[in-house]
Amino acid sequence: MIPQEICETLKEKFPGAVLETKTEGVLNPCVKVAPDRVRDICLFLRDEETMAFDSLMCLSGVDYTGGKLGVVYHLDSMKRNHKITIKVEIDAANPRCQSVESVWKTANWHEREAYDLFGILFDGHSDLRRILLPDDWEGFPLRKDYTVAEYYHGMKVPY
Amino acid sequence: MEAAIEKPVTIPGFGRPLRSHEMVINMGPQHPSTHGVLRLELVVDGEVVIDMIPHIGYLHRCFEKHAEHMTNYQQVIPYCDRMDYIAAMSNDLGYAVACEKLLNIKVPERVEYIRVIMAELQRIASHLLAIGTYGMDIGAFTPFLYCFRDRERILDIYEETCGARLLYNYIWIGGLSHDVPSDFQTKVGDFCRYFRPQIKELNNLLTYNKIFIERTANVGVLPADVAVNYGASGPVLRGSGVKWDLRKNDPYSIYDRFEFDIPTGKGEVGSVGDCWDRYIVRVREIGQSLNILEQAIAAIPAGNVQSAIPKRIRPDASEVYVRTETPKGELGYYIVADGTTSPYRVKVRPPTFVNLSILPAMSRGAMIADVIAILGSIDIVLGEVDR
Amino acid sequence: MKDVLIELLRNEPLVYTLMAFVPLLWILPFALFAVWWERKVAAHMQDRLGPMRTGGWHGWAQTIADILKLIQKEDVVPSAADRMLFTLAPFVVFIGAYAAYAALPFSAAYVGAGIHIGLFYIIAVSSLVVIGLLMAGWASNNKWSLFGAMRSAAQVVSYEIPIALSLLTVVMVVGSFDLQEITKAQSGSLLNWFVFQKFPLLFIAAIIYFVASLAEVNRTPFDIPEAESELVAGYHTEYAGMKFALFFLSEYANMFAVSMIAVIIFFGGWNSPFGDFVSGPFWGAFWVISKSLGFIFLQMWLRWTLPRLRVDQLMYVGWKVLIPFSFAIILGVGLWVMMAT
Repeated sequence: MIPQEICETLKEKFPGAVLETKTEGVLNPCVKVAPDRVRDICLFLRDEETMAFDSLMCLSGVDYTGGKLGVVYHLDSMKRNHKITIKVEIDAANPRCQSVESVWKTANWHEREAYDLFGILFDGHSDLRRILLPDDWEGFPLRKDYTVAEYYHGMKVPY
Repeated sequence: MEAAIEKPVTIPGFGRPLRSHEMVINMGPQHPSTHGVLRLELVVDGEVVIDMIPHIGYLHRCFEKHAEHMTNYQQVIPYCDRMDYIAAMSNDLGYAVACEKLLNIKVPERVEYIRVIMAELQRIASHLLAIGTYGMDIGAFTPFLYCFRDRERILDIYEETCGARLLYNYIWIGGLSHDVPSDFQTKVGDFCRYFRPQIKELNNLLTYNKIFIERTANVGVLPADVAVNYGASGPVLRGSGVKWDLRKNDPYSIYDRFEFDIPTGKGEVGSVGDCWDRYIVRVREIGQSLNILEQAIAAIPAGNVQSAIPKRIRPDASEVYVRTETPKGELGYYIVADGTTSPYRVKVRPPTFVNLSILPAMSRGAMIADVIAILGSIDIVLGEVDR
Repeated sequence: MKDVLIELLRNEPLVYTLMAFVPLLWILPFALFAVWWERKVAAHMQDRLGPMRTGGWHGWAQTIADILKLIQKEDVVPSAADRMLFTLAPFVVFIGAYAAYAALPFSAAYVGAGIHIGLFYIIAVSSLVVIGLLMAGWASNNKWSLFGAMRSAAQVVSYEIPIALSLLTVVMVVGSFDLQEITKAQSGSLLNWFVFQKFPLLFIAAIIYFVASLAEVNRTPFDIPEAESELVAGYHTEYAGMKFALFFLSEYANMFAVSMIAVIIFFGGWNSPFGDFVSGPFWGAFWVISKSLGFIFLQMWLRWTLPRLRVDQLMYVGWKVLIPFSFAIILGVGLWVMMAT
């Protein structure tokens, strides 16, 4: 299925949840959806026969400056050989998004990483802890407004 | 016997307090077999592992943050090398292909052929290291040295071409940093001719050794649907019987011009998807890479490898996600450009990060010795897991 | 030799004490040589050279340099370790390995203590090693050492049974536990050696003994207790300096002891392979030592070729393969001996 058709099907099935689609003239066709419907949409994309998105290639957090964070899901269907990107935009002040760990187990560690580096909280994740940084690190480094703490456990951080 | 202990000991990530007969043992960051700084917290009952909680991040070097602060897209390439330092060419290739798609650059034919040759040599070198260290984890010390002896020849070829043995900074956006030396085709051809019989020697020594098979067959079985759901890729996925290789299923560069096979695990000595299957997929992939090499060196066209390298890289505000098949699996680069000369966001999807997340599921119920076998068969590089 | 010394010094306890040190005169140079040899054998099998520099010719002084290094290392005892057990453990292991040398005949003229139950004594006293290993693992206050010690105890205790059973087959043929008797029963020609007698039963017994002895001395494929890639270093993880050197010395002493038992029981002991030619008290020592060195080479060869067995597979091999076969061989040899008389 081409990205256009995937977007049409999503718009029909989830009216109101699909906020924006960009499929023409872009290298990476994407669909922007509401953060509180992500899990349902992903379940549909995985289980529906014509879609069959059985693999989550990548889940990344992005910091769109201006008080907005985003989560980008790159989905791939090994069976049907098509791809789509799902985007979610959330407020930096209250970054909550639904977790898709129950849909693809890949998301477990990817969401932990997004939480670790951006501070995005995923509702429904079984074990949301920091993964790359030490458990007691303060701050979310990949945010654009991040300033490094002066000291960590008595060691001077910036040198 | 099953009573909980007086003051329940909880371990973050484990989910329930420890019982009296359970013990937490730490395969700490420093351990001869964890292939880098990886900490595995094992909850064991005697020799049997009840649960395992991996702790990563010891080698986190903030690649993604650095990439955002580079003044230039080209400057990110040495950082890419250092992620999967065992297979640096493949990392560079992935990033270069992603940026070229972003900028809509078409590289010359000569560059494509040389890139494929370098990537396939790197695949052989990386698999040799994986096989050698896997043998060493299982206890056979000699194949490790034989594999390294052969890997030296590949590193010599790299050193002659770009001056570096491990971290090359060779594959640039739009081309290569140096052209290959004049005897390159002969050297690679000699290597292919030398190396094919060595695979037989390796098979005699390790692959079909009864003790090796006892240690790896039926150990760490990963069913195909679980592998796909966890996002496994590379030999881990192919070992479970799924015939999926990005070089054929989602081709990039000029891989569609070469004839080669995709080996998968068939459960020849045990179940489909056990450690032996993942291991034999790597051994057979080496043979297939030799095929590709022989086809490629016969057909390198002439040309200038630096003609398409752009003077200034300033892509429009767009984004791209490109994935390539490295020796470890599917390496993805998600690059968001904002119209300036430096990237806005570079997200790397490392294959070993995802493959490592399957480790707890595979090792519940296995013994401690099996945990080492399973970890070795996944073939992780902590530089890539942590970036 | 004992009588000569008693004549000379007229003080029996002193003579016995002096004779207790005689095997040390062999073990210490042997360990120096064996460590170097192991490194050379390993290197050449791995397509490299090994020690080449220390001392000039092929690095022959490498072990001496290593011993000097170990002597001057700080003797670290972990703060939470059980000090007394921690310090005693290497000595107990060494005693277990060393005491076996008392009953081993190096030639027709020399045996430390000519006991009538020599073989029985050797099997019994080499079990002391297990206690030392357990002490080392427990006293280190380290979970990994504990794992190594427990695995090692299970392994050594299990494999003592096939060792004892396979050695019993020869005892049945000779009718005596005395090692000098057993060696004398093999004199004459090469074909009198027990490995070729009652063919193929004693041949299989020799193989069973050799495999089980690999497990006794913790050599690959049975080196789970010191499995470097899993347990860092198993029961001797926490040991440094001379205590570690003592563990190493015990390992090589034990290796030589079991090889020598194999040679004495199955391969003719101090008898020359050429019958009466090139034999005599000093040639006897030469023969028994060279044959044992051959077995040690075999042990090293196996170490650098084979991977390691997992602990439950190891126990399987011991209990479900070697022991039933040993029983069958004992039955076979017993019947054979009964029919012959």
